[in-house]
Amino acid sequence: MIAAAGPHPVIPDFGPVSRCVQDNGFFCTDWFTANWDSVFWPALVQHVRLTVMAVGIGFVLAFAAALLAHFKGWLERPVGGFTAFLYTIPPLALFELLVPGTGVSVLTVEIALVAYTLMVLFKNTLTGLREVPPDVRRVGEGMGLTRRQILVRIELPLAIPSILSGLRIATVTTISTVEIAAFIIDQGLGSPILQGLQSPFNTQFVAAGALAVALALAADGLIVLVGRLLTPWTHARRAV
Amino acid sequence: MNTFLDSFTFMGGHLGLLLGKAWSHLVLSAAAFVVALVIAAPLGIWLGHRRRGGFIAISVSNVGRALPSLALIAIFLGLLGIGFTNVLVALVIMAVPPILTNAYLAVEQVDPDLVRAARGMGLTPWQILFRIELPLALPVLFTGIRIAVVYVISSATLAAVAGGGGLGDIILNQVAYGLSGVIAAALWVAVLALVADALLGMVRKLLTPRGVRHLGNDGASSR
Repeated sequence: MIAAAGPHPVIPDFGPVSRCVQDNGFFCTDWFTANWDSVFWPALVQHVRLTVMAVGIGFVLAFAAALLAHFKGWLERPVGGFTAFLYTIPPLALFELLVPGTGVSVLTVEIALVAYTLMVLFKNTLTGLREVPPDVRRVGEGMGLTRRQILVRIELPLAIPSILSGLRIATVTTISTVEIAAFIIDQGLGSPILQGLQSPFNTQFVAAGALAVALALAADGLIVLVGRLLTPWTHARRAV
Repeated sequence: MNTFLDSFTFMGGHLGLLLGKAWSHLVLSAAAFVVALVIAAPLGIWLGHRRRGGFIAISVSNVGRALPSLALIAIFLGLLGIGFTNVLVALVIMAVPPILTNAYLAVEQVDPDLVRAARGMGLTPWQILFRIELPLALPVLFTGIRIAVVYVISSATLAAVAGGGGLGDIILNQVAYGLSGVIAAALWVAVLALVADALLGMVRKLLTPRGVRHLGNDGASSR
């Protein structure tokens, strides 16, 4: 009542906060929902976009390479070895190594992300094509199908399960690697994690981490579902 | 290109620093790997020996693969706080699935006829495990170990965000070490992972029993 004479110190008013936020609980639902639109939803969308782009481009490249290696067998070793080499380089290191070349950009991140998808996609596609039983292929030949028809009508459909299991692994690992991309570009669910780490407030990074896990599991489940729809024969056999 | 040359100058000038960080990187990775191996290998081998629980062994690896490393570290920051323990727990969780799944598959894929023959010769279950199943399982088991080791070395880079130390300290601190320092440390991590992979590949070749070498069964993945 006496000190009221001087100028008041200005304490910014952020409005009322819940008990949980004040005590910095492990996860504050109210804070999470309040920041969903501004923080988590945009990050989630970016995360999905980066992942889809990387897996899409990686699939096209790996699929083409696998087709080539299917017809020209000697290609398998060099391509397989090179993609395995790429896969072994730690993501954070590869991102940083690309920065002097392509700068701090989405391009840098995508090059690295695509590089990581190649090994699994190449290997699984090629295995799928190779493991078509020779008898089935011979039946196709006997029916007068050309090499191309055998590929499109027999080998590719039968390779779908193997290709899809490669896609599953590639998608899930990409989702995980996109988190690390936040060290380079301010996008994806990794960025709220990294920003959250600067302050001791738990909910931000716990929520972003949990969202990434949920996204990976959802994507995995989605591809399994698509696989079921694309290959009705695999579970029709089981039902009988 | 200049930045790359600068990074080698940096390596020359800060060799002690890089060696120290690489050492703590390896200690962290080795600790996580050993803990994961002790948990996962016996469990996987036992499940494979009984030829049961395949569903669990496979699901663990599917779910495990879906866990982003940075997300794990973030979630454990909320639970365990900053430091070595947090990072260790996160790395162990990442290393367990490949070891568990490959250990299971490795033992389970051993030809049942061989096991039956061994039983007919009067071998006890323990003898079957150690003399028949494990030698035949080693190549595939080793593939899992190799995946786990590379995975751990690579993810240990992220340990720096949670105060775990290692080469990530340099990579994530561009302000202090400059881009050339970051590139230098990144090169070191990459080389570390590649060398570990190559070494384990060699050990795997040595461990493969002579009789099954020509089969070239490479196991679940990696090369």
